[in-house]
Amino acid sequence: MKIVVAVKQVPDTATQVKISGADPKAIDTAGITWIVSPYDEFAIEEALRIKEKRGQGEVVAVSLGPDRVKEALRSALAMGCDRAIHLNDPAWANADTLATAQALAAVIKQEQPALVLCGRQAIDDDMGAVGAQLAEVLDWPCASWIMDEAVDADAKTVRVGRQVEGGLEVFDIPLPAVLSAQKGLNEPRYPTLKGIMGAKKKEIKDVKPGDLGLTPGAPQLMVKKLEALPARPPGRIIQGEVKDAVKELVRALREDAKAI
Amino acid sequence: MRIELTDEQAMIRDMAREFAQEHIAPIAAEIDRDARFPHETVKRMGELGLLGIMVPEAWGGSGADTVSYVVALEEIARACASHAVIMSVNNSLYCDPVWKYGTDEQRARFLKPVAGGHALGCFALTEPEAGSDARNQHTVAVRDGDDYVITGRKLFISTGREASYALVFAQTDPARAHRGISAFVVEKNTPGFSVSKTEDKLGIRASDTAELVFDACRVPAANRIGDEGKGFHIALATLDGGRIGIAAQAVGIAVGAYERSVRYARERKAFGVPIGEHQMIGWMLADMATAIDGARLITLKAATLKDAGRPYTKEASMAKLFAAETAMKVATDAVQVHGGFGFIREAEVERHFRDAKITQIYEGTSQIQKLVIAREVLK
Ligand SMILES: Cc1cc2nc3c(=O)[nH]c(=O)nc-3n(C[C@H](O)[C@H](O)[C@H](O)COP(=O)(O)OP(=O)(O)OC[C@H]3O[C@@H](n4cnc5c(N)ncnc54)[C@H](O)[C@@H]3O)c2cc1C
Ligand SMILES: Cc1cc2nc3c(=O)[nH]c(=O)nc-3n(C[C@H](O)[C@H](O)[C@H](O)COP(=O)(O)OP(=O)(O)OC[C@H]3O[C@@H](n4cnc5c(N)ncnc54)[C@H](O)[C@@H]3O)c2cc1C
Repeated sequence: MKIVVAVKQVPDTATQVKISGADPKAIDTAGITWIVSPYDEFAIEEALRIKEKRGQGEVVAVSLGPDRVKEALRSALAMGCDRAIHLNDPAWANADTLATAQALAAVIKQEQPALVLCGRQAIDDDMGAVGAQLAEVLDWPCASWIMDEAVDADAKTVRVGRQVEGGLEVFDIPLPAVLSAQKGLNEPRYPTLKGIMGAKKKEIKDVKPGDLGLTPGAPQLMVKKLEALPARPPGRIIQGEVKDAVKELVRALREDAKAI
Repeated sequence: MRIELTDEQAMIRDMAREFAQEHIAPIAAEIDRDARFPHETVKRMGELGLLGIMVPEAWGGSGADTVSYVVALEEIARACASHAVIMSVNNSLYCDPVWKYGTDEQRARFLKPVAGGHALGCFALTEPEAGSDARNQHTVAVRDGDDYVITGRKLFISTGREASYALVFAQTDPARAHRGISAFVVEKNTPGFSVSKTEDKLGIRASDTAELVFDACRVPAANRIGDEGKGFHIALATLDGGRIGIAAQAVGIAVGAYERSVRYARERKAFGVPIGEHQMIGWMLADMATAIDGARLITLKAATLKDAGRPYTKEASMAKLFAAETAMKVATDAVQVHGGFGFIREAEVERHFRDAKITQIYEGTSQIQKLVIAREVLK
């Protein structure tokens, strides 16, 4: 069974994001540590577990982005993916979620996997749209935010559990399908030293729009401007006798903050 | 000159950092207090390939280089020095010599399980009367047909209680003094071999330090690593590599203590300002950061020379000496920066302070490193 995992490279969760001085539509990337988006790690882990459980198969990691994205793909290979595909072209520099989904769909059509896994959203711009758009472009069924999955023995259907308020919603979905991973699906593995050492021997194929018969046009969604959040007003410590302080706290919450 | 890690080395460091911060750091204080050997996390380190880093894959290892070993070990030590010594002994003092001097048959039996992290190894050189003066071995191995019969005592052996395999040094020809020393692998349940005592220690308390007793312990001649009389050479060459590991451990301890100090110096206020803004504290932090960078660079230099197959005895001793002295100084100052809190268990810097001390003692004391360096520079 072949599985494609879509991964995105994002700034490390510890990064203090700053708006670029040169370009108000972009963030300042100087000094950023890049990582695989954490939800995508759940997707990679699940794909590897499916392959290991079945005792055969292939897991292909795909990512769209500039040169630095190779690092994220190498991390995926170190975790155990068999090979990687890098959609790397200046024409994709401003790709919105739909253009990204179209590019990924074109690769997926060539690869013909039985299953596509991705994270429920990337933790940088939090759009959460690519998985569903990808399924739409491919005309495949889709289940988002899955917490559980089981592919049947002959790889014809997958049973998935989606977390909903207070319970799990269970679906049987015919394959091929697109699934997006929610936190809790699994605990991603650390790459082993052997995995890391072996990753450089695995293939990362560069793919251009022309290889997919695509000519990316202007994106439908364009960032006009990024704005920093207003500085948070300082906290207030209410002093005095507890009895009076509590009264003042309730008043402040009710009248000033309108929180209760 | 390039001082950048390769992609693989950086990935190995990042993996070790994430694993150590998520799984080792949270238990470090508790296993120190209880002097409990951390079986679960050591097992996971084995699965990740951290216990046989420099051994080729064919023999169960990870096939990485010494620089990778150093950057990974620093990250482990930064979280917990006990885990670091377990890792260092297994990699440098057991796997390295068995790989380098063992036959293929010996590698298959004694190296593969240990490099793959399925069992642990230890290195038994020190005796009650043979510490710095390691030549003064009293343990004897008497040839008897296809066996040797080993009798003697080994003191302060790291992982001595937990290890399944011990690399033991003994006199096969006492008349030839240190040229009569040979090395043997002794398996745990061999009759006549026992662990008589586990020490109660100042630091690295979660790593077991044991006394091993050999009472007419019969070992097949096939367990002898290298030729008869080559044992002392094997021990010294092994310690050259081991010192790079201890240097990395010392850097990690220093980094752990330093990072806590920087955090505390930002948060703690005295006389109306964060204490870091008092010049005397700022200078302590500056000295810490500078010494740590220096120690790390010499350690990486020694590792790079070893990887290039060039002589590195002097650099390994320099790295061990400078990093150990740095760890002790940084950890002492880290307690100072924390004021009264630094003296209290809860702050956890006192653990770095207690752990730092051993790096000046084992695998050659700081004084012995100076002897080695002096001998090398006067050559
Ligand atoms: C926690 C721990 C773990 C250990 N793990 C291992 C292990 O796994 N395997 C193993 O074989 N050993 C191990 N050791 C032993 C360790 O390597 C020795 O303790 C160390 O080499 C010092 O030897 P010693 O204790 O006999 O001290 P001594 O040699 O008695 O030294 C006492 C003092 O005299 C100084 N001194 C000695 N000779 C000279 C000289 N010529 N010039 C100047 N000063 C000198 C020393 O620097 C030291 O300050 C361990 C020790 C400890 C405490
Ligand atoms: C075991 C123990 C027993 C104790 N017993 C008693 C007791 O019986 N009675 C009692 O009253 N107290 C006692 N203390 C408290 C002790 O006196 C204080 O811990 C000590 O004075 C340091 O204060 P601090 O812990 O608040 O550190 P801080 O004042 O927060 O100091 C933190 C660091 O900043 C440095 N620093 C602070 N101000 C400056 C400055 N202006 N310039 C440069 N550096 C500065 C300090 O030197 C230190 O390195 C005890 C403490 C301990 C640990």
